Amino acid sequence: MTVWFAHHLHAFVLALKRLGSAPLGSLLSIAVIGIAFSLPAGIYVFLENLQALSGQFSGAPEFSLFLKLNTNEDEVAEIEARLKQDPQVASFRFISSDSALEQFKQGSGLSDVIDGLERNPLPDAFVIVARDLSPEALDTLHAELGQLPQVEHIQLDSAWAKRLDSILKLGRLAVFMLGALLSFSLIAVAFNTIRLQILTMREEIEVAKLIGATKGFIRRPFLYFGAIQGMVGGAAAWLIISLGIHLTEEQLKDLMELYEVNFKAYHLSMEDSLSLLLFSALLGWAGAWLSVTNHLWRIEP
Amino acid sequence: MISFSQVCKRYPNGFEALRDVSFILEAGEMALINGHSGAGKSTLLRLIAAIERPTTGSIIVNGQNVGTLKGGAIPFLRRNLGLVFQDQKILFDRTVFQNVLLPLQISGFSRRAAIGRVRAALDKVGLLSREKAQPITLSGGEQQRLCIARAIVNRPSILIADEPTSNLDADYARDIMDMFKSFNQVGVTVLIATHDVELLGNMQQRIFTLSHGKLTA
Repeated sequence: MTVWFAHHLHAFVLALKRLGSAPLGSLLSIAVIGIAFSLPAGIYVFLENLQALSGQFSGAPEFSLFLKLNTNEDEVAEIEARLKQDPQVASFRFISSDSALEQFKQGSGLSDVIDGLERNPLPDAFVIVARDLSPEALDTLHAELGQLPQVEHIQLDSAWAKRLDSILKLGRLAVFMLGALLSFSLIAVAFNTIRLQILTMREEIEVAKLIGATKGFIRRPFLYFGAIQGMVGGAAAWLIISLGIHLTEEQLKDLMELYEVNFKAYHLSMEDSLSLLLFSALLGWAGAWLSVTNHLWRIEP
Repeated sequence: MISFSQVCKRYPNGFEALRDVSFILEAGEMALINGHSGAGKSTLLRLIAAIERPTTGSIIVNGQNVGTLKGGAIPFLRRNLGLVFQDQKILFDRTVFQNVLLPLQISGFSRRAAIGRVRAALDKVGLLSREKAQPITLSGGEQQRLCIARAIVNRPSILIADEPTSNLDADYARDIMDMFKSFNQVGVTVLIATHDVELLGNMQQRIFTLSHGKLTA
């Protein structure tokens, strides 16, 4: 146990020393990793913000059922009764033309104009929440509602939200692919740095082998080096994103205020940040491992 | 104990470095391997440390058959051997102290325990006052002693040296040889390859003579 600990401590300290012994090279490698990673992670943050924003605009998809202007109370009561029996309908509420007009007056600030109208131009309406939210079920319900008497127009409020949702899905896929591609670049950076190190340390490795170093002993500092470099690169990416959010937050807030949306910029969560650091460390480790297994066996005393 | 039985070593290019070599060196014995350059002295030593493998025959070191040792076991064999190389293999990017420390780091000694051992080893070869020096500033004899300190710091049961006196004048060479004798007196098995015939004059140890890969005496 103590031997194990001594070996790992030795490797860790050695890796830090090597990182510090070529500060400019290390800094450049870390910057490359940080920039490469800040791209997918930054887009991810952007998408999360967009989703949080879309959540403020709409909840569950709702049908708006507008009735013809000449609908009388008996017909409204009949529709209400049929909606109550429909197993597809989770809940519904009736908005009479009068209350709709009242809402519109308050919301738009056009009360003078509306007061000048001869009669109420707004129809009675039902707002219906479906039980099953799958696109197929919504389509069936849409057709069913069209069969009701006195229906002028049916609008599915979630249409735009669905579009946004599929755009977000596409965006996430793009983040994933970009992340996967750039992960290769991180592995490549680690691979090459370690390769150069092995070449310059050829003599030391040879001597270590001659005096009884195991493969693990020689490999360990390189693996630590890769992992540390990757993790610091991940931290650099995190800083770049933070800086980006910090620089744009104020302006976004102003913009969102124009749309009367209370906007709070979403930053990477604790969990996301930790995943970012761990993932970049893992990739650095993997690149180092590939490099070491590839080059070390060629150095034989 | 080191035991060779009918060992042959043929290189891929067809050159036969050793032919049918058999001998036994008991634990605690000291012996010299003598012979012209190219006679196979270095090859013989390299076979003991599993740096190379015999083509045929078997080599037993401390009860282990070195010829068939698995790759993963070789480091642990070498930790029981003190090796002094013909080309020294000093690392010039670190101090004398750190050069001697390396074998202990490899064996996983804690830093505190290691420091004591490094000082003791440096003291035995008379380099304690130079522990902070860079190896490049040492004289040839001092560099050789540094190699010996590194070989003995692990307190190996077997010490193997390849031409340890080759670049030294007679006085230094005698010093080095006396050092090996003193290690032998405390129970270490010592095997030294040398072409230096003058050195053999005042030695009572066993002498193996190699000629064109064959043991002649």
